[in-house]
Amino acid sequence: MSTDTQTAPRPTWLGLPPLAVGLLVVVLASAYAWLFLHAESQVVVLVLLAVAALAAVVGGRTGADRVLATAMSQHSRAMNGAIVAGLLAVIALFATDHFPLLMLTTVLLYMTAALGLNIQFGYAGMVNFAGAAFFGIGAYTAAVMTTQTGLPPLLILILGGVMAALIGFVLVIPVVRTRGHYAAVVTIAFSVLFKTFLEVNDILGGPQGLMVDSMKILGWDFNASPVLFGVEMSFYLNYALLGAALAVLAFVFTRRLERSWVGLTLDAVRLDDTASACFGIGITRAKVLAFTLGNVMVGMAGALYGMMISFIAPTSFTFSDSLLLVAIVLLGGMGSPWGTALAAFIVIVLPEKLQIIQEYRFLLFSVLVIAMLLFRPDGLLPRTVRAYIPGWRAKP
Amino acid sequence: MTRPTTDAVLEIDALSKTFGGVTALDAFTMSVRRGDIVGLLGPNGSGKTTSFNAVTGIFPPSGGTVRFDGADITGLSPQKVYAAGIARTFQRSRLCLPLSIFDNIMIGNHGRLTKGLWFNLMRRRAFRREFEQGYEDARALVRTFSTALADRLFEPVGALPMIERRRIEICRALISRPRLLLLDEPSAGMTHDETTQLMDDILDVRGRIEGLSIIIIEHEMGVIERITDQCVVLNYGRKICEGPYAHIAADPEVQRAYLGAE
Repeated sequence: MSTDTQTAPRPTWLGLPPLAVGLLVVVLASAYAWLFLHAESQVVVLVLLAVAALAAVVGGRTGADRVLATAMSQHSRAMNGAIVAGLLAVIALFATDHFPLLMLTTVLLYMTAALGLNIQFGYAGMVNFAGAAFFGIGAYTAAVMTTQTGLPPLLILILGGVMAALIGFVLVIPVVRTRGHYAAVVTIAFSVLFKTFLEVNDILGGPQGLMVDSMKILGWDFNASPVLFGVEMSFYLNYALLGAALAVLAFVFTRRLERSWVGLTLDAVRLDDTASACFGIGITRAKVLAFTLGNVMVGMAGALYGMMISFIAPTSFTFSDSLLLVAIVLLGGMGSPWGTALAAFIVIVLPEKLQIIQEYRFLLFSVLVIAMLLFRPDGLLPRTVRAYIPGWRAKP
Repeated sequence: MTRPTTDAVLEIDALSKTFGGVTALDAFTMSVRRGDIVGLLGPNGSGKTTSFNAVTGIFPPSGGTVRFDGADITGLSPQKVYAAGIARTFQRSRLCLPLSIFDNIMIGNHGRLTKGLWFNLMRRRAFRREFEQGYEDARALVRTFSTALADRLFEPVGALPMIERRRIEICRALISRPRLLLLDEPSAGMTHDETTQLMDDILDVRGRIEGLSIIIIEHEMGVIERITDQCVVLNYGRKICEGPYAHIAADPEVQRAYLGAE
């Protein structure tokens, strides 16, 4: 939102002030997510999709989106708190169900990874078609380290990110030296190489893959079902909570990065590297920074994903999966963290729920991405002009 | 005619640039005195922009030296040339159109911003102070060009008309408080009235900033006559004349090369 909110009357929707509208949207969105994850019958799924489309259109026509945006900038603390509470509520409602929790955690981890790609692609303009490879590096790091070393798994989670960043340095020289399509081709080559390397490498299990030991924090084993109030919960509850923590952390990180001089520098490098250089911006430094930060996030998400599914194989980290991650960034809107969150939910949950499209998911997402690029190139939730401090207003 | 070079801020000596077999700049020598506005003239392809690019490190010169404030800056990277105190604008506007006015101006302020990741992400209070300082500086600078524009700093540049974009580009170059400003055809694509306004702005800025020197590439003779203290005329990469406007306008070789006289 621009600064003219300081003089304009505060926007309302149906007579409700921005904060009330914002909280209402969070409650409705949480309820919707719960219903959607819960839905079994195809008819219900289709009805829910129609409801979402209708809500988006009506919300746009009646100005609810602008009031919501005001709430997000003027009441950022309350809104962020409400969103986290909504997420925890949805997790709590599924506390005993394996499958919805697995799906939800997958969404959160893909969202974390896509936020990493968003830093590379959306901000610094470096397309990375090897997202799944870096995700896989995190997962394989977790596999080797949880089974071969006595390191605490929480540390291994971080090391998964570090390892992805280190291997990323191998790629960074050709990626930084080339531009545009050439850099993209380098990452495609790496993505294909990575899978082949895993398949022929017996130490890493070859095509059969590897077992991954569970996440444990201070004796709390994530693969054991927690018993709360005498009820046995799904063990995925552990992973959902940690996945939520990781996704929130990644989100806050991305947000703060964007709302800083570093984010500005990355944007400048993406939009015009010649002009950037003339104003003292180190192009290589900025690109290496973005690539590394992004890979750390992708690798950490991959490590936790590996621990959660407890068995990984090369086929889990193919070029198609990399495309899926890029599709999430494009669908949500380049540089838009909220868009990434929404798109991750759509891309992961939709094919699981709508069995008709399961076979054709890659086809469908390809068509969707092309349609987005043609008709709505800024994505589902387009990025807005940078507001360094949410709710900040100039002193008159 | 020789001028004293003791107070020269920029001294270009025998600067050359060849692209393959093409000599874009041939042993070009000029100097700029502190506080002067120097016009750089010449027909299209005569090497004006090439000289800017060679000075600012967009590409390394093939020969010759560039001295700025007594220090040799020949062949330094664009980043180092900027750090030395030279800022520029571009012939084809090179603003980041999706970013706000404020963002674009802050890109020019890069040298004075704190770039550490820890500072930017974790020390948000200190960041906020730096942001507010940046906002005050940017606002004060834009205000010297247009008060209306100063109230719209968080609007995307892409929505602005050409003259406002040029002003923002000049603000982006000025926010770093350079001692030498290179303006590459700032009036390109503007109407006569807009050009007059912009030149008023440039004269005004020169008056406000003590010791700022400017080199301006410009085609319109009226503009050159009005705002420059000295002029340098290039043709086919070589300097053919220099001096005050009256002198170069009367020079027969300039008239042949540039003004199109038979």
